[in-house]
Amino acid sequence: MMEVYLDNNATTMVDPLVFDEMKPFLTNIYGNPNSLHRFGSGTHPKMLEALDYLYDGINANDKDDIIITGNATESNNTVIKGIWIDKILNGDKNHIITTEVEHPAITATLKFLETQGVNVTYLPVNEEGVLEAHTVRAYIKDETALVTVMWANNETGKIFPIEEIGEICKEMNVAFHTDATQAIGKITVDVQKCNVDYLSFSAHKFHGPKGIGGLYVKKGYELSPLFHGGEQMAGKRAGTVDVASMVGMGLAMKLATQKSAIDYEQTVVKGYRDQLETAILEIPETLVIGGKDNRTPNTTLISIRGVEGESMLWDLNQKGIGASTGSACASESLEANPVMNAFGSDSELAHTGVRLSLSRFNTQEEVDYAIEVIKAAVMRLRHISSSYAYAPESHNSQL
Amino acid sequence: MAKGDLVSGSIWDEYSNNVIKRMDDPLHQGEITEERAKELKSKLIIADFGAESCGDAVRLYWAVNEDTNVIEESKFKSFGCGTAIASSDVMAELCIGKTVDEAVKITNIDVEFALRDNADTPAVPPQKMHCSVMAYDVIKKAAAEYKGVDMESFESEIMVCECARVSLGTIQEVIRINDLTTVEEITDYTKAGAFCKSCIKPGGHEDREWYLVDILKDTRLEMASDKLKNAADASQNGEASFDTMTIVQRIKAVDAVLDTDIRPMLVMDGGNMEIIDIKDNTPHYDIYIRYLGACNGCDSGSTGTLYAIESVLKDKVDENIRILPI
Repeated sequence: MMEVYLDNNATTMVDPLVFDEMKPFLTNIYGNPNSLHRFGSGTHPKMLEALDYLYDGINANDKDDIIITGNATESNNTVIKGIWIDKILNGDKNHIITTEVEHPAITATLKFLETQGVNVTYLPVNEEGVLEAHTVRAYIKDETALVTVMWANNETGKIFPIEEIGEICKEMNVAFHTDATQAIGKITVDVQKCNVDYLSFSAHKFHGPKGIGGLYVKKGYELSPLFHGGEQMAGKRAGTVDVASMVGMGLAMKLATQKSAIDYEQTVVKGYRDQLETAILEIPETLVIGGKDNRTPNTTLISIRGVEGESMLWDLNQKGIGASTGSACASESLEANPVMNAFGSDSELAHTGVRLSLSRFNTQEEVDYAIEVIKAAVMRLRHISSSYAYAPESHNSQL
Repeated sequence: MAKGDLVSGSIWDEYSNNVIKRMDDPLHQGEITEERAKELKSKLIIADFGAESCGDAVRLYWAVNEDTNVIEESKFKSFGCGTAIASSDVMAELCIGKTVDEAVKITNIDVEFALRDNADTPAVPPQKMHCSVMAYDVIKKAAAEYKGVDMESFESEIMVCECARVSLGTIQEVIRINDLTTVEEITDYTKAGAFCKSCIKPGGHEDREWYLVDILKDTRLEMASDKLKNAADASQNGEASFDTMTIVQRIKAVDAVLDTDIRPMLVMDGGNMEIIDIKDNTPHYDIYIRYLGACNGCDSGSTGTLYAIESVLKDKVDENIRILPI
């Protein structure tokens, strides 16, 4: 059976070139980078090279920091809790602005701060699932310590107006953080052009290893660290650096953000995504959540009436295809996909979302196979579905 | 939380083969039309439960012979996850050949049991147990439709946990009898809250009328108030023992003995004493006192007088009393 991975917004496969780059640091060059001997210092050239790739990847200035962290969740926590410690606990500020559709790494952290007395504004998104930049301006006040807005949404792929929001924050003198986890490697990310003060990313979303990420901090915006300990990362993030993963992340960043890679995403990967989407949209009563404009080229979130998301995943998995739904009824909280709720979309459709997210490793053959399997699954599940079930006219349907 | 909770996302690994088989190929999926019901000389019953907007909906079709009340044919349609489909399938199957009254007795626990590969291993992980509840609810709905009654009439007790079918009465009783103080203990004793967890507290899988946290809180409050009432009644009837008394009652009891047996002696010598605190220091009751007036500083306060006070209280109030002057 063919296996097709269409869940690249959850995680990606490690590029074989990246893995090759990492191997020496898991075998021969195992020294601690802080040690004063050849075993340790042997790691330095490739670590420095990795930093070059990371700085280039997001167009960071050499005067700025890119702190190596465990993942984007840690990066997000470092910014939000750092702002809390440095700007809010001292009484200067007491307000943070975000959106209703952030990843839990942002939302849950802010919910925690709310229990500590911090005011948080969750800005609504429009019917396309995007925050309109002017809304941010309306909510910034003197007490606002931070604006944090995702660069691209994990569920829909919708791209947020980061450059405009950055401009507004700069003008109004409020620190601006963006979680760019879903943007890097799919679209161009430029911290200088967009006036970003803090930016989080995670290697495993762009064909690097899991367990490593980064936090960009603009010069002058340094915060108290989340982890205290040794002097690694100039004291901004204690803990021995995972050298192999850092080196892997560096190369992964280069491979994902060089011009040819972004071009490939925008043409070939987008082409595959569009083929899948077009084929599904040929089925009656289907729609792209949030519409087709202004999305990352690899992502589509499609609602298929009458087909519950988790049962769709089951059928796809039985045929070797991995996809995702934001509304799995297995979770303890049977909340519909928050993104779909935030759109104010038809509640009937809230549990019918299927997310397909591709990568540069998908092939035409895989796309053709996936189209065939998806169509068959929709046929089967709609045949079982109560949404399309017979009832005589006399029946008072309560579904 | 424990070792078993740390790696998540394995729910599909816990399905029985029977669940998987029925998800992939449900045997009783389908419809019964009015024409088909006529062929069977039966009445067509259609019952709906759930809603797509909630993530789960099922439609049950029965062809019921009105002379015998036997369900001749039973089919379903389902909008839901794989477990919902498998549960509906086995539910429809269990109805076939039963009278409507017999079918109403099928519970979600029967549905889950019928999905097992062997009697000892659950067919679905705990968080999926809830899917079988809908299968049970739609049967009640169909029976109510057939009999022209309200579906609530089939349930005489308030079910707090539908997955494990634990009633409000049972939960209140185990809290009282076993002096339970946490929701985890309720779950250990009754299995309520062990499955989809909706009934533990608001904000879970679905909204409930009753939550374990509230039942626990209310029952504990009632227990505390009952305890006070019992203590007051016992004291009124002169049956109170020192260990069941409230702190106020204890102070009063000690003071009463001091007033009759001790204070007159002390006052004659130009002194007195007061109770500062009574502490339950199992197996002892430590009574902290302070001497007043001439007693304050008197050597006997830590020897003879102290011994006299303690022995009178041991004799008349409780033998575990110790007196500690401060």
